[in-house]
Amino acid sequence: MRTIAIFKRVLQEMFRDKRTLALMFMAPLLILTLIYFLFQSNNDQTTTLGVQNVNSTLVKAIDNDHVTIQQVAPSASAKRVIRQKDYAGVLVQKSDKLTLTLQNSDQSKSAILKQSLQAAQIKLKTQAMATTLKRQGQALQKLQQALAAATRNPNVAQNPAGAPNVPSYKLTTHYLYGNADSTFFNTLLPIMMGFVVFFFVFLISGIALLKERTTGTLYRLLATPVKRSEIINGYLVGYGLFALIQTLLIVFYSIFVFKIQILGSIWNLLIINVLLAFVALTLGLFISTFAASEFQMVQFIPVVVIPQIFFSGIIPINQMAHWLQPIARIMPLYYGADAMSNVIEKGANFMNIGFDLTILLGFAVLFLMLNMVTMRRYRQV
Amino acid sequence: MSETIHVSNLQQGYGKTVVLHDINLSIQSGEILALIGPSGAGKTTLVSTIMGMLKPQQGQVTVLGQTMPNRQLLAKIGYMAQTDALYEALTARENLNFFGAMQGLTPEQLKQQIPYAAGVVNLQDDLDTRVQAYSGGMKRRLSLAIALVSDPELLILDEPTVGIDPELRQQIWQELHQLATKGKTILLTTHVMEDAEQADQLMMIRNGAAIAQGTPKQLIAAYHVDSVEAVFLKAGRQQDENNRHI
Ligand SMILES: Nc1ncnc2c1ncn2[C@@H]1O[C@H](COP(=O)(O)OP(=O)(O)O)[C@@H](O)[C@H]1O
Ligand SMILES: [Mg+2]
Repeated sequence: MRTIAIFKRVLQEMFRDKRTLALMFMAPLLILTLIYFLFQSNNDQTTTLGVQNVNSTLVKAIDNDHVTIQQVAPSASAKRVIRQKDYAGVLVQKSDKLTLTLQNSDQSKSAILKQSLQAAQIKLKTQAMATTLKRQGQALQKLQQALAAATRNPNVAQNPAGAPNVPSYKLTTHYLYGNADSTFFNTLLPIMMGFVVFFFVFLISGIALLKERTTGTLYRLLATPVKRSEIINGYLVGYGLFALIQTLLIVFYSIFVFKIQILGSIWNLLIINVLLAFVALTLGLFISTFAASEFQMVQFIPVVVIPQIFFSGIIPINQMAHWLQPIARIMPLYYGADAMSNVIEKGANFMNIGFDLTILLGFAVLFLMLNMVTMRRYRQV
Repeated sequence: MSETIHVSNLQQGYGKTVVLHDINLSIQSGEILALIGPSGAGKTTLVSTIMGMLKPQQGQVTVLGQTMPNRQLLAKIGYMAQTDALYEALTARENLNFFGAMQGLTPEQLKQQIPYAAGVVNLQDDLDTRVQAYSGGMKRRLSLAIALVSDPELLILDEPTVGIDPELRQQIWQELHQLATKGKTILLTTHVMEDAEQADQLMMIRNGAAIAQGTPKQLIAAYHVDSVEAVFLKAGRQQDENNRHI
């Protein structure tokens, strides 16, 4: 009964503040849209490569859609050319020695140049191989004909003449998730879904409870027969509902606007985010104990929220330094994002994400108990 | 008449500091007791201890026959805190509904009680205004209405008359006397002498100690002075002298 009254009040207050409400629901969509476009434009990047005295076969081999080739005067210094003309790199050939000088202020351009060079090398090698094979093939053919004539074995002569097949593989790619146009955005989206809910619930609920402390309503509330657990439960239900709405909004926006494919069940996404919201709520309420003002609450964001982003899977955990990896395991968002990614990209079912959910539940229970203890300050029963 | 509040040998404070020493107090049902004292004397601390928000460092507090702290008993106490603790984004009616529900009232009971409580403090016309548009005095009155809304057996009011104009103050006192004749017990704190004169019993607190206790008439007679204010000043001087001798 009291829990419901508190839940109702949390909602009433939330809906009174239209601006915050709009921010909570619109801001995530805005941010996601922005990220979406940021990663779209990355596909057709081109770079300019200056070439000096480079063999024309090689230049032809290097040339592709992403590289524009510019001839450089034979006497110019590579460094000066890069500075003056803002080339991403200059390739210089001296007899059979190649030197690549890179500007390297934009690593992705350097990577394109290095890749193009490697590709050119492979291209040249296979061409060379093909030519040798062809020559060998012709020799073999002659040999075979000679042999055939010598042995009068017609079968040999009927063998498909010409070069032995240079194996030309035809590669077909199947994408279990997404398609050839998938970008880093696809990796980012599930993480962002979890993060957005975590961030907003943490901040809004923390500030809400902080306001209850500073205006004295929490103390006043505890001067009624309400149980501490009823207060927390009221908050849990209120912000759980909030997380539910926010998740649905993001999920449907992703499906209809970004055309994102979700392999697993949307129910699982909702479960994950509601649980993540519980963790964020209990953490936010607990952290608000240590803040004296709303501004101080905001100061906790770089300490409590930002590090979680880095460990949420944006940078693959198993590529991190070994000593860093255990840190991810104490971050609630890591488990939330992991479960999200698995459901969206790998079609994980409820059993598959059970471990992540259990850990999240553990976090929520831990922070819940800490809250019960800190509220004792206000009423000692 | 039965005893509503009994405090014996109470010592109270925060952490290691001691704010109140050796407080003894007894209030019968149907009585109005005023705690008078300068700010910082320890009135709020005593009131919070009687509410059971703080555990006594030493001594005992019983309310309605139960040892405090006792969460369930809070349903029978209407409390008005010294600072207004209201949800500013909500209307007065929503605040009354919410705190009423916390006290354990059903929606039907609330429908009856809210007009009554708002009437006592003249807020019936502003019930559907958001509290953020209220003046300081209106907020004070709403806090009092919240204390009254659950029709409690015991009213504990911490500085209820601050910021309330004389006319309304008179009206509130009338209501308090009426509640007392119905058998409700009222404990209030004040540093205004006019309030003190209206109470049945007085307890004067200074520097954390009770310096005088009794009905206003008894005290005026015992100290051979002509007003409650004079009693307070004389009792204060005696306290200072006693301390000097120690
Ligand atoms: N929460 C608290 N923590 C520590 N000291 C407190 C606290 N509240 C009040 N005090 C101290 O206790 C003393 C009595 O305060 P209080 O009971 O509020 O006085 P009054 O209500 O009579 O003005 C004051 O010296 C005050 O500084
Ligand atoms: Mg006080």
